[in-house]
Amino acid sequence: MRKIFVEVYAHFSKEGEITPISFVWLDGKTYEIDKIIEKRPAASLKVGGQGIRYKILVRSKMLYLFCDENRWFVELG
Amino acid sequence: MGRVILHCDLNNFYASVECLYRPELRNKPVAVCGESELRHGIVLAKKQIAKSYGIQTGEVIWQALKKCPNLVILKPNFPLYIRFSKLAQRIYSEYTDLIEPFGIDECWLDVTQSTGILGSGRKIAYEIKERIKSELGLTVSVGVSFNKVFAKLGSDYKKPDAVTVITKENFKQIVWPLPAKDLLYVGSATEKKLSSRAIYTIGDIAKSSPEYLKRILGKWGEVLWIFANGLDTTPVIPPLFEDNIKGIGNSITLPRDLTSYEDAEYVIRMLSESVAQRLRQQCLKCFTIQVWIRDNSLFAITRQEKLQTPTFLAREIAQKAFEIFKKNWSFKSNIRSLGVRGLDLVCANSFYQLEFDSLKKFKLEQLEKTIDRIRKRFGHTSVLPAVLLTKPDLPCEIALHNKIHPVAFFK
Repeated sequence: MRKIFVEVYAHFSKEGEITPISFVWLDGKTYEIDKIIEKRPAASLKVGGQGIRYKILVRSKMLYLFCDENRWFVELG
Repeated sequence: MGRVILHCDLNNFYASVECLYRPELRNKPVAVCGESELRHGIVLAKKQIAKSYGIQTGEVIWQALKKCPNLVILKPNFPLYIRFSKLAQRIYSEYTDLIEPFGIDECWLDVTQSTGILGSGRKIAYEIKERIKSELGLTVSVGVSFNKVFAKLGSDYKKPDAVTVITKENFKQIVWPLPAKDLLYVGSATEKKLSSRAIYTIGDIAKSSPEYLKRILGKWGEVLWIFANGLDTTPVIPPLFEDNIKGIGNSITLPRDLTSYEDAEYVIRMLSESVAQRLRQQCLKCFTIQVWIRDNSLFAITRQEKLQTPTFLAREIAQKAFEIFKKNWSFKSNIRSLGVRGLDLVCANSFYQLEFDSLKKFKLEQLEKTIDRIRKRFGHTSVLPAVLLTKPDLPCEIALHNKIHPVAFFK
């Protein structure tokens, strides 16, 4: 398991809710988030960290995207 | 319906937070220690594995390393711990608004009113335990009981990641066989006094007469008897309803021993700057100045004196504190730690007897308030008394050294 910090494009609602839209991966390409399946506070025991965890679907692949104190990372298996 | 009190204690808090962010250390003996260069080199928290080597909190680093040469020593990261403490409290607040913190990693919760909706104390405790684990990645021990003292005993009873329920029916089986030192407010001195009279367990305290305990320990004897018999009725008080502040103080363990009055004056001035600034922030003035001195053999004294008029001026606090210091310390041994405290606090705007030089004092107050504003904008070290630049081997500001201490049980 690896912790990959990523650059995220997100939507900030008037109510202060943050919804990630896309992120820049290691290859420099921007990937759209097709669907957010779940959003909840969680700890990442595998790669270390804590924050709001987004269970996301990107090109049919399920990933965990974490927002840990304004830094975003992906758990890579 | 009886009270339902929970005591939640985050296990090995500092070390667990550190290991959460460094999974590679999870199966290694880890201890979070103060900075040895600044001579704060003691174990602040350790993981269970480090505990199995016999390492204890409060132990000096070299002693800990002797017991476990592979010990991984980490520097503390207080902002991160405060963040996790707040996150835990946010979870607790979903079960009750009666939350009383007891230090950074412990809280009492009065969930009496929530049990009708959320289920029994035991059910709430298990739910909190699971949420802390999944949302924060930490483990918590929860004690559930009908009073605060037994709830705390419950959280200490089984660790880590456990729930212990102490009821009116089972407390004699669970609590009474425990050693007397496990009871809140039984320190090593009290334990010695009790054991010399064949009082070894909490049950022995409970079965002694309160008059006898009072004769041995003073008024605390009676309090301990009440605690041991499960008769504690102390309420869970959220910080919002806390009594007025009793005193504002700062102390510091120095990077090197203080060997002269000149050294001491420097440190007193530095501490007084911080105390005065904090008094002004709270809009308070102090009537009494207290000085705390600890030498390099860890022998400590505390001395205090009253002022003519209350003050929040750094120079007045420093002047009085140094006066007290000179009267009470002759440098037969060198100083390791020093503290200054303002007591007998009054509202800064209350009336008091005018002095002949009131106008001068008023001007000085305006001056120090202006310094506060400059420091708020440009940082603490943007304005400093010139004397605080004369000793580069001693720190010139205290704010960074402020630590969080457990609050008192009795308010």
